[in-house]
Amino acid sequence: MNIYVCIKQVPDTATKIKINSDRTWIDTNGIKWIVSPYDEFAIEEALKLKESDPSNTVTVISAGPERVKEAIRTGLAMGADKGIHIELSEMADTALTAKALAGAIKKQNDASLVLMGKEAADDGLAQVPQFVSRLLGFSCVTVALEITYAADVLTVKREVEGGTIEKIQTPLPAVIAAQKGLNEPRYASLPNIMKAKKKEIEMLTMADVGVTDSDQMVRLVGFDLPPTKQPGRKIDGDVATQVQELVKALKDEAKVV
Amino acid sequence: MANVSVFAEQRDGKLKSASTDIISWAKSNGHTVSAVVIGKGIKSLEGELKSCGADKIQFVDDSTLEVYTPQAYSEALISVVKNTNPDYLLAAHTPMGRDLVPYVAMEMESSSTSDCTSVEWNGDSLKCRRPVFSGKATAEVEFIGNDKPKFITIRANTVPAGGDRPGEGVTTDHSVDLSNVTQKALGMEKGSSARPDVTEAAIVISGGRSLKSAENFKILEKLADLLGAAVGASRAAVDAGFRPHRDQVGQTGKVVSPSLYIACGISGAIQHLAGMRTSKCIVAINTDPEAPIFQVADYGIVGDLFEVVPALTEEIKKIR
Repeated sequence: MNIYVCIKQVPDTATKIKINSDRTWIDTNGIKWIVSPYDEFAIEEALKLKESDPSNTVTVISAGPERVKEAIRTGLAMGADKGIHIELSEMADTALTAKALAGAIKKQNDASLVLMGKEAADDGLAQVPQFVSRLLGFSCVTVALEITYAADVLTVKREVEGGTIEKIQTPLPAVIAAQKGLNEPRYASLPNIMKAKKKEIEMLTMADVGVTDSDQMVRLVGFDLPPTKQPGRKIDGDVATQVQELVKALKDEAKVV
Repeated sequence: MANVSVFAEQRDGKLKSASTDIISWAKSNGHTVSAVVIGKGIKSLEGELKSCGADKIQFVDDSTLEVYTPQAYSEALISVVKNTNPDYLLAAHTPMGRDLVPYVAMEMESSSTSDCTSVEWNGDSLKCRRPVFSGKATAEVEFIGNDKPKFITIRANTVPAGGDRPGEGVTTDHSVDLSNVTQKALGMEKGSSARPDVTEAAIVISGGRSLKSAENFKILEKLADLLGAAVGASRAAVDAGFRPHRDQVGQTGKVVSPSLYIACGISGAIQHLAGMRTSKCIVAINTDPEAPIFQVADYGIVGDLFEVVPALTEEIKKIR
C-alpha cells in the first residue's frame, strides 16, 4: 500500500505573532517553523503502518515556499521513504493548496491512503482533507482518534462534541485526517536524521501538478492582533467579599449570569 | 435581499441552537432564509424552524441519513444546494458543520471559509473575519470570485441568539440518490458527560494543573452544573491526565468564545490565551498575582481556587 502524508509547515505554537506593516500577513522574521502538530500524528500513523508491513511506502508531501523542505526532512528523519515538495506561495489558500496536493498524488497514480492533520495549526481552516478527498474521488473521514485496518476497509473512530465518538467504516482509497490522541509521534533519532539527508525530495512546480494562481479563491487580508483589553478589575478583600463582589459584577455589569 | 441557506444541524431530532441562531440572525437582517435539514424522521422540526425565521425548509429525510456519515450527508447537501442555488450556504462551525461544508464547497467549486467569529451584512454581501494562529490574530476573508454560493461556517455564540421574526416556513421534500454511498455508520459511543461541549457552551469553567488531580475537578463541575456550563482544561491539566484532550482549550485544543470564561488555577500560557481570549467576559482565579491570565481577565481574584471556587458556587446559588 502506498501512503501519502500531506504536511504543512507552521510557526511554532509558542510563537508570539506580529503583523507585517501592510497587514497582509504576519512578520515572519525570527519565526521558528515546525511541522503542524496534527500532521505529526498523520506521519506517525503512516510509519506504524510501514512497520506492520514493510511493503507499505510512505511519501511526505508539502506545498509551500522553499522553507517547507525542512518540514519534509523532518518527516523523512522520522522514517518516511520519500518527499515531494510542490513550490507554492505561502499565501496560497486551501483550495489552491488542496488542488496542488491532489495533483501531485494523482500524478503518482498509486495512492491507497492519504493521511494529514485535521487542520493546520496556523489558519485552522480544517478544509484541505475534505477538499483533497473530493478532488481525488476518495472517501474521507476527519478528526480520527483511532483507525483499524482490514484488507480493503478502514474503521475510523472520529471525535464529535461532548466526548461522543462516531464509528465510520470506509473503503480504500481514503483520506483520513488525524486528531490529537491518534498516536504518540516519535522523535527522529540522530542516525535517522543523518539518513534523511540522503533521501530523495522530488521537486514539482505548479505547472507539474496542474494548478495556476487562478485556482486561488479566497485571500486573507487586514490582519490584526486581537484588541488589547482594558486592564481588568482586581477584586480584593477576604474570600466572602471577593465572591460577593464578583457575582454582583457578573450579574449587573457584565450581565452573563 | 440575499438568498441565504442555512444548514440546520440536528442530532437525534434536536436542532443545534448554533444553527437556529444563524437562521434568526439572517432573517432579522432582512434576507430570505432557507433551512436545510438532513436526517431521518425530521419533519417534526418544521414548526421550530418556521418560528425561528425559516422562509423555506428543505427536508432530506432518508433512512440512510439517520446518523451522520460525511459521504451521505455531503451528497444530500450537494443535491439541495444544486437545486436551490442560494447566494450563501451558512452553517455553524460545529463538529458536523465544519466537517460537512468543505466537501460540498469543493464539489460546487465555490469559495469557502470556516470558523468566522465576526460576520456582518453589507447589503447583500457578508463581511467575515476569522481567527488565525488559534486566535493570536484575526484576518478578514476576501472572496476573489463572484461564484455562488459562498460557503461559510460560523463559530457558536458569534451571531446574536434568538429572534422573534417567524418565516413563511414553506417546505420542500428532496429525495437524493444515496445508492453509491460506500461509507457505513457503525454506531456511536455516547460521551458520558451531560454537560455541553466547550465549543458550544455559553459559559466555560476551566482548570489548570493547580487543580492537582482529576478528582479535584469536581469542584469546577459543581459550579459548572449550577450554571449549565462546560468544563474545560489547560494543556498542562490534560497532559497531567486530569481531563481528556477533548476538554483542552487553546492551540492544539479547542478554541472557544463563550459569554463567560472562568479560568481557575490557569497561569495563561500564550497557547491557552489564544484559545479563549475572545470570550466576552473573562474571570481569572489564581494564587500568582503576576500570572499572564490576569492581563486578559475582566475580573481577577488573587486567591486559592480551592477556597474561592466553592465560595463562588455558594454565592451563585443565592441568585439562581
